[in-house]
Amino acid sequence: MKKAIITVIGKDKVGIIYGVTKILSENNVNVLDISQTILQGMFTMMMIVDIEKCDSNFEALSDILAKEGQEMGVEIRIQLESIFESMHRI
Amino acid sequence: MINKYETLETLHMIDNQHLDIRTITMGISLLDCADSDSAKSRQKIYDKICNKAENLVKTGETIEKELGIPIINKRISVTPISLVAGASEAKSYVPFAKTLDEAAKTVGVNFIGGFSALVHKGFTEADRILINSIPEALSTTDIVCSSVNVGNSKAGINMDAVKLMGEVIKKTEELTVSTDGFGNAKLVVFCNAVEDNPFMAGAFLGVGEPDCVINVGVSGPGVVKHALEKVRGCDFGVVSETIKKTAFKVTRMGQLVAMEASKRLGVPFGIVDLSLAPTPAVGDSVAYILEEMGLEKCGTHGTTAALALLNDAVKKGGVFASSYVGGLSGAFIPVSEDAGMIAAAQCGALSIDKLEAMTCVCSVGLDMIVIPGDTSASTISAIIADEAAIGMINNKTTAVRIIPAPGKKVGEIVEFGGLLGTGPVMPVNNYSSDDFIARGGRIPAPIHSLRN
Repeated sequence: MKKAIITVIGKDKVGIIYGVTKILSENNVNVLDISQTILQGMFTMMMIVDIEKCDSNFEALSDILAKEGQEMGVEIRIQLESIFESMHRI
Repeated sequence: MINKYETLETLHMIDNQHLDIRTITMGISLLDCADSDSAKSRQKIYDKICNKAENLVKTGETIEKELGIPIINKRISVTPISLVAGASEAKSYVPFAKTLDEAAKTVGVNFIGGFSALVHKGFTEADRILINSIPEALSTTDIVCSSVNVGNSKAGINMDAVKLMGEVIKKTEELTVSTDGFGNAKLVVFCNAVEDNPFMAGAFLGVGEPDCVINVGVSGPGVVKHALEKVRGCDFGVVSETIKKTAFKVTRMGQLVAMEASKRLGVPFGIVDLSLAPTPAVGDSVAYILEEMGLEKCGTHGTTAALALLNDAVKKGGVFASSYVGGLSGAFIPVSEDAGMIAAAQCGALSIDKLEAMTCVCSVGLDMIVIPGDTSASTISAIIADEAAIGMINNKTTAVRIIPAPGKKVGEIVEFGGLLGTGPVMPVNNYSSDDFIARGGRIPAPIHSLRN
């Protein structure tokens, strides 16, 4: 398993989770956990995914997600889990 | 499992507080490139750099993308060129600088450091050739950085070298008039230079280092400043704890990137440098951290104490976060590269004398300070001597990167652009040091160097 974290931040609207998971499904990325909140009107979602069997390479997937985010008016990014692990866990 | 708030904290640090990896620096030993024929030696140097660093920039960019953290610079440090070129017949090492410049541009790095000589106890013929080549080398290349070590705590200070470097800085100023003396922004004069420094302009790879090694420098003044905003009015115990925790997080990023780069490039990991390196960007300033502690302007009374606390807390927090810490590891106070320092210098709160005091308690020295163009070589040498003395006595690295701006007077501004920023011309003491510098010779090592 190779874990990555997807974060989506932006103005709430219908279909954000659908937009993201559709891309993940098309690229064979498995979702392990989702949590979301609305903080001061801002939609904030964090998704932990397994990219081990992902059909595209990391950079391509990152670009596809970012592009989808632009179309939906939110910021979507994907980062390897290790950056968060190393900063917040000893 | 990582939670949402931790994720957002990290993103906030990157997006709004300028958290980044300042540099991945690949150290490449050129000792095996020495040759009695200088053309052959230069070819070997070019080939080795291009071979070893072929994938450095691409790998850095991939890590940047995958981890989502900016890596601002990819750089190379090499063996001091005087040690390599000394085997050849060459009477000028300018062509070697040009070879470094070409090789660095071929592999796409931002800077290459190591046009250097170590002369703390005396000169070899090659050291003299190298030092005399510095002005032309810096004026005819773009991304080559040069450094000279003129003293250390074990050997004392080579005052002949100190005198010579004042003259070299003036000569470099003359040759780079068209760029406001920019050549000197690429030249550092050290006392107690370290062999694994990833930061420019003073990076070179020491002779005790491996053939190829990855060193990483982190940055994060904005993150520290932001953390301190939340503890306004609290006592210094709280301030120190807050800085330590923040430095830990910042350094863990550096450690992760260093390990990733090392693994992917197949090159051993050397060190993470814990330095807090500012940039001219608003909110990425070391001076603003000091002001956040309660000083109206950086440079006023209390600044040295504030910096001492900051520097120490950064080390204490960082050292636990990395398996190997090295390089310079301390807060940097480059005037032109720090928005708060620039403002403090412009309003008269910050003087060279205060900066000198500040260098006693942090890394590294008088850095990116613009002085009037009519400053004499002996005054510059005397500034170097003072700074070297602080390093020698306190067993720490000190350096001088000072830029006399041709034709410019106190109060005028010099624009360097990019990470090097904007330098207000700062006044120097106008009384002469001529006779002091003219003496030459060597200042003996201090008594506490005798530790055996």
